[in-house]
Amino acid sequence: MSTPGQPAPAGATEIGTASPAAVGARGDDARVATRERLALLRRSKSFIAGAIIVGFWVVCAIFGELLVPKDPLASDPINDLLAPSADNWFGTDKLGRDVFSRVIVGARDILIVAPLATILATVVGTALGLVTGYFRGVVDDVLSRIIEAFLALPVIIMGLLVAVALGPSRTTLILTIGLLFAPIISRTVRAAVLTERELEYVAAARLRNERTPYILFGEILPNVMGPIIVEFTVRLGYAVFTAAGLSFLGFGIQPPAPDWGLQVSENYGVISGGFWWPVLFPSLAIATLVIGVNLIADGVASAFER
Amino acid sequence: MIFLAAQVLPGDVARRILGPFADQASVDALSKELGTDQPLLTQYWDWISSFVTGDLGTSSANNRPVSDIVGEAFVASAKLALLAFLIVVPLAVFGGVVAAMKEGSFRDRLISVGGLSATAIPEFVWAVFFIVIFSLGLGLFPTTAQFPEGASVFTQLEYLLLPALCLVCVLFGYIARMARAGTIEALEADYTRTAILKGLPQRLVIRRHVLRNSLLPTIAVVATQAGYLIGGLVIIETLFNYQGIGLAMYRAATQKDIPVLQSAVLLIGIVYLVATLIADILYSVLNPRVRLEAAE
Repeated sequence: MSTPGQPAPAGATEIGTASPAAVGARGDDARVATRERLALLRRSKSFIAGAIIVGFWVVCAIFGELLVPKDPLASDPINDLLAPSADNWFGTDKLGRDVFSRVIVGARDILIVAPLATILATVVGTALGLVTGYFRGVVDDVLSRIIEAFLALPVIIMGLLVAVALGPSRTTLILTIGLLFAPIISRTVRAAVLTERELEYVAAARLRNERTPYILFGEILPNVMGPIIVEFTVRLGYAVFTAAGLSFLGFGIQPPAPDWGLQVSENYGVISGGFWWPVLFPSLAIATLVIGVNLIADGVASAFER
Repeated sequence: MIFLAAQVLPGDVARRILGPFADQASVDALSKELGTDQPLLTQYWDWISSFVTGDLGTSSANNRPVSDIVGEAFVASAKLALLAFLIVVPLAVFGGVVAAMKEGSFRDRLISVGGLSATAIPEFVWAVFFIVIFSLGLGLFPTTAQFPEGASVFTQLEYLLLPALCLVCVLFGYIARMARAGTIEALEADYTRTAILKGLPQRLVIRRHVLRNSLLPTIAVVATQAGYLIGGLVIIETLFNYQGIGLAMYRAATQKDIPVLQSAVLLIGIVYLVATLIADILYSVLNPRVRLEAAE
């Protein structure tokens, strides 16, 4: 865990005699480390495969309407539940909307919700983890108890309760997932900070009389970035999982948006009648996106955690 | 906490029961009867004290006692969850051990990466795949899980197998990963090397020396997965229209049936606690070291 921080203490011990030079050396070390990691990532097969899959969906999310043959929102009740054909590649759904167009444009909602929620979770979780890990004592005890209370219930049930309480919307979904994931990330960050705070460069910064926020965010944070980045990619996968689940239950993105989870939930009622296409294609889309994100996470983890 | 979360839910309970066209006087009267006009603290006290005595109140959506609704649903869910666990635990442990025996091999990569990918795919996506393949494609299983009343055990199994399989897919990865990590650690341990060097047959070494040690962390994971499983139940039961605790919660949440929602969430909290407790006990039974430390 502490490998990413290794170059820094070496530079920091010289502080006092040649402070600016030490800082410069540390910057160079960090740049070299970053370049090495990027090189490792480029050689990781699972990262490349994941990036291609996720990249495909990002393109779909950005250009959506420009790529599709039909309007994803235009319903046509006379032509409902048509089987896949040359005209409607993936068939039509219960309201006669083109499933292919809806699947392509549907990438947008989940690719807005999941990354924003994960960024929120990472920012809040990192701040919490830095504070609880660095101060320990009473602050740590109180915050950790609150965090445990949050983690006592399954995420999807907490999400369900919050969504019902605040009313379902895209913003609620982002806030819910973001705040539910923050404690989980804070635990990882806290564990990394606990080993980091004992190192000499932190003691040196304290002796230089640096202000606490600077020690937390200027000294410790750069050295725990490795675990944070890994945690971010892993959580991104879970965010897709949770957002899709909540949308499926109707507590996430609202109709008539062509969100994938919502499409499954709108059409699974007709699956027993043999109409599999409006349900299967959005499901496949979710599965590929999740696998893509996980492949990226796998590549990032092996590049950052050696 | 559950109580507070439920109180934040918008919407007047009495208004909900009587419909939007009832006049204000009768709404107020019903509020009084239900006690929803009392201050929050009074309501909280009433709720906690009646919960302890086993009286969970009456569902505000359909006027049945909450304990009936939640009780029936709980039994139904327990069946489904038990089936899923009976399939997944042996399968995942076996998979994890097999992967660990040939660490780094293709078989290992397949089980580890495949298992984790399976875990990451949402339950309802698995449900859709299984229904399309097994129900529509092969015509083997029904597309819902709600078996007819008084069905035999085998008919029930037939109905419950697909939903249980979805839960299995989601749980497999975690449990297999823990079993694999535990086995690798035990295989590298000194006592295992001693056992091999003194000439014990490999089968015996695995069974007596490796498995006993490698399964310890796995038990803890199985218990924490119990909480996770309940989250999955909400989705699976909704999709397969199965009258379990998950569907009951989903309905209660959409209908703002607060008594049912509160009791269901509280019940889940209790189940989670009990599962953790059982895991701790099992852990100490299987690992004498923990018992000794506690005794000191």
